[in-house]
Amino acid sequence: MSGLTVTDLHARHGRADVLTGLDLTVGDGELAAVLGPSGCGKSTLLRIVAGFHAAASGTVAVGGRVLDDGRARVRAEQRRIGYVPQDGALFPHLTAAGNIGFGLPRAERKARVAELLDLVGLGGLGDRHPHQLSGGQQQRVALARALAPRPDLLLLDEPFSALDAQLRIELRAEVAAALRSAGATAVLVTHDVDEALAFADIVAVMRDGRITQADAPDTLFHRPVDTHVARALGEANLLPAVCADGEARTGLGALPLSEPLLMTEALTSSGSGTVLLRPRQLRLGDEGMRATVTAVHFRGHDHRVELSCAGEDGRQERLVAYTDTTPPGPGSSVGVTVVGAAHALSPAGEAAAAPAPETETVPERTVAKAH
Amino acid sequence: MTLTSTPSPAVRPPRPPRRIRTAGSGVLALVAIVVTLLVASPLVFVALEASQSGWGTVQRLLGRPLIATLFWHTAVLTAIVTVGALVLGFGAAWLVERTDLPLRRTWTVLVAMPLAIPEFVHGYCWVSLFPSVQGLWGAALVMTSSLYPLVFLPVAAVLRRSDASAEEVARSLGKGRLTVLWRVTLPQTRPALAGGALLVALYLLGEYGAFAMLRYDTFATAIYTQFETAFDTVSASVLSLILIALALVVVLLQNRIGRQRGRVVREGNATRPATPVALAGAKPLALLAMAALVGVAVGVPVYALGYWLVKGGSTTLPSAEIWSLTATTLGYALAAAAIATAAAVPVALYAWRRDTRLARAVEQTAYLTRALPGIAVALAVVFFAIRYAQPFYEQPPLLVAGYVALFFPLALTAVRSSLAQVPHGVEDVARSLGTAPLAVLARVTLPLILPGLGAAFAMVALTASTELTATLLLRPTGTDTLATQFWTYTTGLAWGAAAPYAAVMTALSVPAVLLLTRRTLGGARTAKEAAR
Repeated sequence: MSGLTVTDLHARHGRADVLTGLDLTVGDGELAAVLGPSGCGKSTLLRIVAGFHAAASGTVAVGGRVLDDGRARVRAEQRRIGYVPQDGALFPHLTAAGNIGFGLPRAERKARVAELLDLVGLGGLGDRHPHQLSGGQQQRVALARALAPRPDLLLLDEPFSALDAQLRIELRAEVAAALRSAGATAVLVTHDVDEALAFADIVAVMRDGRITQADAPDTLFHRPVDTHVARALGEANLLPAVCADGEARTGLGALPLSEPLLMTEALTSSGSGTVLLRPRQLRLGDEGMRATVTAVHFRGHDHRVELSCAGEDGRQERLVAYTDTTPPGPGSSVGVTVVGAAHALSPAGEAAAAPAPETETVPERTVAKAH
Repeated sequence: MTLTSTPSPAVRPPRPPRRIRTAGSGVLALVAIVVTLLVASPLVFVALEASQSGWGTVQRLLGRPLIATLFWHTAVLTAIVTVGALVLGFGAAWLVERTDLPLRRTWTVLVAMPLAIPEFVHGYCWVSLFPSVQGLWGAALVMTSSLYPLVFLPVAAVLRRSDASAEEVARSLGKGRLTVLWRVTLPQTRPALAGGALLVALYLLGEYGAFAMLRYDTFATAIYTQFETAFDTVSASVLSLILIALALVVVLLQNRIGRQRGRVVREGNATRPATPVALAGAKPLALLAMAALVGVAVGVPVYALGYWLVKGGSTTLPSAEIWSLTATTLGYALAAAAIATAAAVPVALYAWRRDTRLARAVEQTAYLTRALPGIAVALAVVFFAIRYAQPFYEQPPLLVAGYVALFFPLALTAVRSSLAQVPHGVEDVARSLGTAPLAVLARVTLPLILPGLGAAFAMVALTASTELTATLLLRPTGTDTLATQFWTYTTGLAWGAAAPYAAVMTALSVPAVLLLTRRTLGGARTAKEAAR
């Protein structure tokens, strides 16, 4: 068993609190992604699990074996946890094969290195030095090196961020496939939403040193617990709404609610609160509420349309919709209809009367970067 | 469950965590701090000696006109030599790095070569050929022509590495070549110029031999006279404290400039070499200027050495003694180099791994010891031996200890800069692969910095083998090195007899200068950059 259990983890850099009561559970053989803006403490979390940084309090356990309880720690070299840092950190003085074989006993080295070179698609390149390999090849060697001693858990700290866009997509798919076929338990840390959603079985959204929500990517995208998670996962139309009887009355009319049960938690006693509509849920046509197109961006695979319409309380609401067909130009009037259900949100510590829908993909919060 | 299909011991009884926190890192911190305190201790001993006589005596000494004279001498000479070195160093660097001057590689080596000739040998060469070279202007001539490479090398390095696009943009904005040189190129090199100028000042403060030969009194010569001739240890130590204070100011200024470096100079890894400026009609003039510079700074010393070697050859044949002295000299130098390099490793490692206030303070303190001139280190070691280690007085270990204290910053710089090229995280990764900290050091970190250790060793060994001031005070009774034997002959005006020793010292220094030139200019790419 090699599941990771992190309980009530606190950590500091000097006097700054970086982690404040973080809980995370990753099941045996699961691929997890921790998603958060830079400076939220993601890397610190990985470094504590790997054993490079001490927890102030809380527990880290892998497969039931306690590695750090805030007082005593198991040494990094005795944890059997693989680690792939952002830039790979290959040993420059060793060949690819030398790098991969570094953590292996001499007797096993040859066979195992060949096996891993094949696994990461670098058969025949074992004699190359790191500077003779491309960025993608270097990351593959770093991955193979971490996998070689058969660790109980693999940690990946933004391992694809130094690569160009196309290679990044290919490599992360390959790595995810390789890890799945090996039945590995792994934790990937990233600030890239697409990467987290594409890679992982469960995605944990991190904010201010805690995990806000950890769930399957699909659940997280459509049923976030609060506005912060909703925005962290992609563009979101957050509309003020009055909810009652499984319905939300919004500027776009009465919409069915996804989870009536959540209402009581998410909304104030008067039933007013915020609901989430993803840009793809909005359809533009002749019917529905009238709205004015304010801007259109063609993005190759679709169009991103910014709209303005009269809200529930008479204010102008800004909305974002993605359409596959060419939308009318700016200044035109269109009808907006909603597909699927609205999802009620709790306000994530922000002012309950949430302002007009925000359209950021990444929260603006930055803390002094700690690694 | 592990990460492959191959089965491995599946069930492992949960092991209780062990206390490990400070095992490795604590030892490293302790060693680093102890080393730093040791190399900084000369300051304490000089201060102790000065305080022996009480505050009244010190005040009386400070009021003497001698102090004012020394200050004046130091200030005037520093001003003249620094300006001269800046002009010559920048001019040569610009010609070599930014124009189509023929034979630029050869010129680069030749222009850096004066560093291979110890300053006191420079002095000897001029004084022996032209007895009128002395006093302020003699000292200015000799010191400028021997120290300008300290400006040339860093400026040339900046010009080589900095992106030429800023200059091209300035040209495209309608600025002429001279305007660009003045408003774009020169400001880019300002930190290097300032750093070089302060290094020149530091050398001037510490130099003894050349000034003694040129009969120009500075703090170093006055200290030596007070101590060796007048046996006045109190005066010597008070003067030493003033000298150290001056040097500390220089080093602190230098540190501030070092920090500005990143802001002013852009060193991309995708820099393009600049298109050389066509000298066209000015080419003969530029060649003439370079030839004149090299002629004065290298030609005159080489001619003097050749002249006296030939002329002295008839009377005093270089005997077998010179080879035994070379062996003695190298023996001391190699021992000092080994110890200094070994001592630099923990300090450099500690500062590299830790970004704590303590680690930074330790490293800063270690670098501050650059402010300790040879004469002050020697005095401190003598005081220490007389008071606390009488049996070691005038014994070989003391000379080695003096060299180590004196050249520790040199070793630290070399080790630190090679550590800076080690990609971050390799030690962490190695540990996550199940390697214990000491094994990580042996298998990853030390192999990666091996070239740096070699450079540190070579630089210290070669510099120590031409050291004069501290050697004169610390050498064991009856022992001579190349430098002290040379000094004995020159003080007796035996120019011909001294020449072979000067030639051997110069020959020994040439590899060090080539190494320094390559390390400064060699487009040193970090492992990380090379890997991209």
